Amino acid sequence: MTTATPTRRPRRQRARVEKRHSGRDRLVIGLMIGVPTLLVVWLVWLPAIGSVLLSFTKWNGFKFSAIQWVGTKNYVDIATIYPPFWPAIRHNLIWLVFLFVLPTILGMLLAVVLDREMWGSRFYQTAFYLPVVLSLALVGFIWQLFYSTDQGLINEVFGSNVDWYGDPDVNLWAVLVATAWRHTGYIMLIYLAGLKGVDGSLREAAAVDGATEVKTFFHVIFPVMRPINMIVLVIVVIESLRAFDLVWIVNKGRNGLELISALVSQNVIGEATRYGFGSALAVIMMVISSVFITIYLRIVFREERR
Amino acid sequence: MAVLAVIWLFPLLWALYNSFREYSYTQTNGYLSFGGWTLDNYTEAWNRGNFGLHLKNSLLITIPAVALTLFLSSLVAFVLARFSYRFNLTLLGVFLAANLLPPQALLIPVFRMFKEIPLPAFMSETGTMLNSFWALILVNTAFQLGFCTFVLSNYMKTLPHEIYESAELDGASVWRQYWQLTMPLVRPALAALATLQVTWIYNEFFWATVLISRGDKYPVTSALNNLRGQFFSDTNLVAAGSIIVALPVLVVFFALQKQFVSGLTLGSTKG
Repeated sequence: MTTATPTRRPRRQRARVEKRHSGRDRLVIGLMIGVPTLLVVWLVWLPAIGSVLLSFTKWNGFKFSAIQWVGTKNYVDIATIYPPFWPAIRHNLIWLVFLFVLPTILGMLLAVVLDREMWGSRFYQTAFYLPVVLSLALVGFIWQLFYSTDQGLINEVFGSNVDWYGDPDVNLWAVLVATAWRHTGYIMLIYLAGLKGVDGSLREAAAVDGATEVKTFFHVIFPVMRPINMIVLVIVVIESLRAFDLVWIVNKGRNGLELISALVSQNVIGEATRYGFGSALAVIMMVISSVFITIYLRIVFREERR
Repeated sequence: MAVLAVIWLFPLLWALYNSFREYSYTQTNGYLSFGGWTLDNYTEAWNRGNFGLHLKNSLLITIPAVALTLFLSSLVAFVLARFSYRFNLTLLGVFLAANLLPPQALLIPVFRMFKEIPLPAFMSETGTMLNSFWALILVNTAFQLGFCTFVLSNYMKTLPHEIYESAELDGASVWRQYWQLTMPLVRPALAALATLQVTWIYNEFFWATVLISRGDKYPVTSALNNLRGQFFSDTNLVAAGSIIVALPVLVVFFALQKQFVSGLTLGSTKG
């Protein structure tokens, strides 16, 4: 959930010629970037390589000598004989589409409306933003008050008897609604930040030209927000790929709530420890996300170079 | 807009409302009733959920992790902002991409590695990185570095370059330029990021669930996982538990709302 939005800032003159540093200064600079880099390489990049290598092996996770090279067998098995895989892919895709269609668009609209400093704007922003500070696991907990079969508000109001978190036909949607509650405010805030960067005079010019609000939005504001749109796209994809907390707190990602992230975890801390197989699932996640991470970095770097 | 805002606030208010009501009262009168006030849910949730211990655990993980993240990222950010080396963009990429990778994709090597790393007994009762706070502190730091580095280096780039020129004339070392000149000037950005990071790391669920398997070591978020079974038969208890868990971040949010929002918007406005 942590993402940086690109900056717009005027080009600054900087002395390109750096003074030669003394030996001590060079050592200090080396440590300043060396220590944090080592930490990230150790805990992120080496494990990433490790996942790729392990994905071609079979390993129960105990002795290192028990690691067997099996080639692409894990990937073939995942695609052909691993029952939860395709449902998980489908659920991740539904997650993605749903996040786009509902909370993302709603969040954007809210930002556009609230950007105009209307009366009570601050209060509304707080209301929509409040769920964002709660953890998704807690969100799952809170929504239990609505979804519980015998004590939930929904069943009480509608006289129904649905197990919203348990019934595999509906639980994905129940979880998605809870996610949307939190996701909307997040997207709203990113757009609000982006809209602050839109030049006010652009909007005035459009108003002078007699453009309607809707027209101004689509022809003036929306195009200016293009970098933000791309960032939001990346955020939504990555968020729906690493969605995990909610389904894990509900039922550890089974029975209608299979997600790739949960499948990876099941293969490591579940009953069976199949490290090679789990790694292959992890690599599938990594490959998908790397496409979008690349897009993201390209946007950020383009802004950086200006 | 007002209607939508009320809908958005409703789940939390509903939780708050029912957390103060007796289970037996809501059972006989239904949840749409009014009355049956009590504080017992809080004492019971607190005791059964062992929240004192778990909140303490969360604190012991969150505070060092946030401090370490801010310290390390400010080091990198300073170098990125102050000097223009050819590897600057690559370095930023290494940190930012790490920030975006799905943590599950790295789970197996990290998990297995931590199992192998011995720690002396005074650092971890189990003798390994697994089940120790150190594991969570380091993992959270590694993942959050990218975001903080990015924001801080952008912030530092807005500082006028002249201050460094005069500092160099005075013969100030690189470390002094960082510690005595830059750090005091970026305090607003540090405050905003600290607020944001406290809530994020407090809320972190995935690593807390997979790297910790001993109940007494769980921070609040992963403790929820265990409470589920005990609590879900009594919705009022769920409500009270939720409020207890939400309270620290809500307090942070309301007390430091400005910091919070500016943390996310830092560097995304012109100038």
